[in-house]
Amino acid sequence: MKKKLISAPYIVWMAVFIVVPLAMVAYFAFTDGDGHFTLDYIANVAQYTNIFVRSIWLAAIATVICLVIAYPAAFILATMDKKHQSTMIMIVMLPMWMNFLLRTYAWMTLLGNNGIINRALGLIGLGPYKLLNTQGAVVLGMVYNYLPYMILPLYSVIVKIDKMLLEAAQDLGANSRKVMFKVVFPLSLPGVMSGITMVFVPAISTFIISRMLGGGSNLLIGDLIEMQFLGNSYNPNLGAGISLVLMVIVLLIMTIMNQFDSDDEDRVLI
Amino acid sequence: MKKISKIYMLLLLLFFYLPIFVLIVFSFNTTKSRSVFEGFTFDWYVKLFHNELILTSFRNTIIISLLASVLSTILGTAAAIGIRNMKKFPKALALNVNNIPIINPEIVTGVSLMLLFVFFAARMSFSFGFGTLLIAHITFDVPYVVLNVMPKFRQMNPNIYEAAQDLGCNSVQAFFKVVLPEIMPGIVSGFLMSFTFSLDDFVISYFTSGATSQTLPITIYSMTRRKVSPEINALSTIIFAVVVAVLLLKNIIDKKGEKEMTI
Amino acid sequence: MKKILYFLVLTSLVFSMSGCHLQHINEDEDEEEQTLTVENPEFYNRFQGKGISINVYNWGEYISDGSDGLLDVNAEFTKLTGIQVNYTTYATNEELYAKLKGGGASYDIIIPSEYMISRMIKEDMLQKLDFNNIPNFKYIMDKFKDKDYDRGNRYSVPYTWGTVGIIYDNTAIDVPEDEIDWDILWDEKYADSILMFDNPRDAFAIAETLLGYSMNTENPKEIKAAAEKLKEQKPLVQSYVMDEIFDKMGAGEAVLAPYYAGDAVTLMDEYDHISFAVPKSRTNLFFDSLCIPKSAQNKEAAELYINFMCEPDVAYATTSYIGYSTPNEAAFEMLDDEIKENGISYLDDEYLKNHTTVFVNMSDDANRLMQDLWTEMKSAQDNEKNKWVVPIFMLSCVLLSILILIRRAMKKKKDIF
Repeated sequence: MKKKLISAPYIVWMAVFIVVPLAMVAYFAFTDGDGHFTLDYIANVAQYTNIFVRSIWLAAIATVICLVIAYPAAFILATMDKKHQSTMIMIVMLPMWMNFLLRTYAWMTLLGNNGIINRALGLIGLGPYKLLNTQGAVVLGMVYNYLPYMILPLYSVIVKIDKMLLEAAQDLGANSRKVMFKVVFPLSLPGVMSGITMVFVPAISTFIISRMLGGGSNLLIGDLIEMQFLGNSYNPNLGAGISLVLMVIVLLIMTIMNQFDSDDEDRVLI
Repeated sequence: MKKISKIYMLLLLLFFYLPIFVLIVFSFNTTKSRSVFEGFTFDWYVKLFHNELILTSFRNTIIISLLASVLSTILGTAAAIGIRNMKKFPKALALNVNNIPIINPEIVTGVSLMLLFVFFAARMSFSFGFGTLLIAHITFDVPYVVLNVMPKFRQMNPNIYEAAQDLGCNSVQAFFKVVLPEIMPGIVSGFLMSFTFSLDDFVISYFTSGATSQTLPITIYSMTRRKVSPEINALSTIIFAVVVAVLLLKNIIDKKGEKEMTI
Repeated sequence: MKKILYFLVLTSLVFSMSGCHLQHINEDEDEEEQTLTVENPEFYNRFQGKGISINVYNWGEYISDGSDGLLDVNAEFTKLTGIQVNYTTYATNEELYAKLKGGGASYDIIIPSEYMISRMIKEDMLQKLDFNNIPNFKYIMDKFKDKDYDRGNRYSVPYTWGTVGIIYDNTAIDVPEDEIDWDILWDEKYADSILMFDNPRDAFAIAETLLGYSMNTENPKEIKAAAEKLKEQKPLVQSYVMDEIFDKMGAGEAVLAPYYAGDAVTLMDEYDHISFAVPKSRTNLFFDSLCIPKSAQNKEAAELYINFMCEPDVAYATTSYIGYSTPNEAAFEMLDDEIKENGISYLDDEYLKNHTTVFVNMSDDANRLMQDLWTEMKSAQDNEKNKWVVPIFMLSCVLLSILILIRRAMKKKKDIF
């Protein structure tokens, strides 16, 4: 009995600082400035469908690229000599510890018309290309910032796969490609799923990357929300409406992702 | 095959480190140019140490991260103990609510807390600043502590607590002498995780900070929106150096300690 | 683990300590350091030793910070009065409005432009000033007092003024300066090299001028037409920015940017390739003033700050550092003739009278319409192609999940048998 009480402070905390704020978002989304019920703001969100579409699209591309890059990396890491494994992982994870604004800022200076990349290309007689302020730059920023979030869960799943299984499959006549696709990949699906959510959710809601690398003309959902609360078009009710829609989208994605591995008991959440 | 994987990892590391090294190199540049290196200087570092704004926000960041992570570790560990002993339904409910700040996009968490604080700020006459920032940081830190501590309970032998009591411990002693050492690794990794998240958080702080107690990420953001000076590169270099030093130190400690490293 | 903590605490200590030591070392440059003389230092003494602080919310790059041998205004204020200054910055009037209206932060000093001041007065967001605490108001030139946005100067004390013009890279643009007008921002020759205001009011004003409308039009048709004009410009715009232009223009990333004259002066001091054109048709004349918002905690200390900002030496440092024109008579006298006659900061009265418009606060409806159109313009898709790509993506997502569900159900059935 006493033991249950010990969690009371946090239960209260959760109620006040997690549940109530979300309820307030919903309240703002469904009321106008005077507190009367209205569906106008939610309906107005439809006006910005193209921003939602663009955000989902760019975040999806970034997620796929992350997966494609991260899978071999995680596999190499997991099958590496145990002695060097932890050091190597530390080296891979180290950039993640840098402040992400600074990391994004670094790309800003690299991609500019007079940036290092264009200068280097100029030496071999190419360019200058327009790299900064494009959707490609935004995707690049997402991949760069969130790639570690894909590598880590993949690695932790692949490293746990029993090596005997792979040997057994080989003994039963599977070639290495078959082992990869029929044994390793299905077993690593939980890692794939948590990696996808860990990249997709921050990517779809970012507003820094699109502002710094997208030149303010490739708005994402995050920018739109920020604009309504602290930016150039103050309208908290609309902002709350957009936030609510964003939450629903994320919820939908989470349920879809959970379909893959709900029969797996120890799901890797983080 | 081995060679290919080596080349692959090399390219990956190049992708990760190239931007950072470019930042570092240009922190020693004599001019403000970000693409042509014109000479070596330490001027920007000297300037950085003159910059009152950056120094205060650095101090603020350390204070808030430390306070928030310590408080959330205590709150979260207590919560984990209590939640573990709950019945099935309340337990599932509590854990699901606990997961909300992790799953939810950061910007939604930030905005929702901002709406709450605005509501109370108007009625209780306080203003945004240290307090709101601290509350916001604790709110997104505790879930990580809970998630790190809970599995340690599952791994623990459920009988040892009772065994300790049978051997004459009272419940407080049994907890501190037997249970706590068992779940300690979870508490420590929860603390470290929340500390780093606090240190690095921008989005939620952006929505919940006020005129005072600006943290370093917020200051960096406002720096990138103005005339940019290579001070920002110098700052990156210092942060990078500190991170490398801390991780090396951690690695050395881990190597010395007999236990294997868990990430 | 403890060691890591020690290490962190240690580094932070080193940081803060070295900060203290280095603070008073002057960067001895060839220039002469400016020193502050205040007419009546006792006037500022009343809060000495009381540990009071004020929160100042200002535009980015809008105060002299101690470089270029000029005064570090905030530090000097603290030295003189003992009042700490918490200094933060914003980029646009609208951002300031949002932060005040919905931010819950309390500020003691803000510096909005004229149209925002009248909006804030209308919405009861500002406090009346006590001019007994601001004797230096006498230095403000008469022509900047008692303006339309704040009749009788009850709420505001002018800080700076200026006009909007076109900053350009003279190595890339071969049009003579006096022929440059707003239409150059729509010239396809400079596609992807044009920067544009990242705030609705300034951007719409340019489009409205170009279309021959008033900058203060509230006619929905005209506002919509201006939005269309901006949309037309969008493919040519490299990025929508505010103070980022310092960097982008300086580094040669872009060649054209409409911006405030004062910042052009700053840029031209630093770079030879930057020039500034005063639009020959019409432009915006703005006045930025010091105000105290309703949420202020230390009104009297804030008034001292306003008075301090009007000290001739301080106003001189401000105008010299940020390049904006000063309304302060004494500071104006101190300026070199070179600056007074550079044709940027202090335009002749004939031009100011016939070719400039001051923004007025628009009706709520017009404001709302402009904001909505602004968001719409910024979110407009560059190419139509993507419009159907995404619904298909979403559909495939749903189909995929259904497929998975069916497969799992079938698998379960198989397991039963």
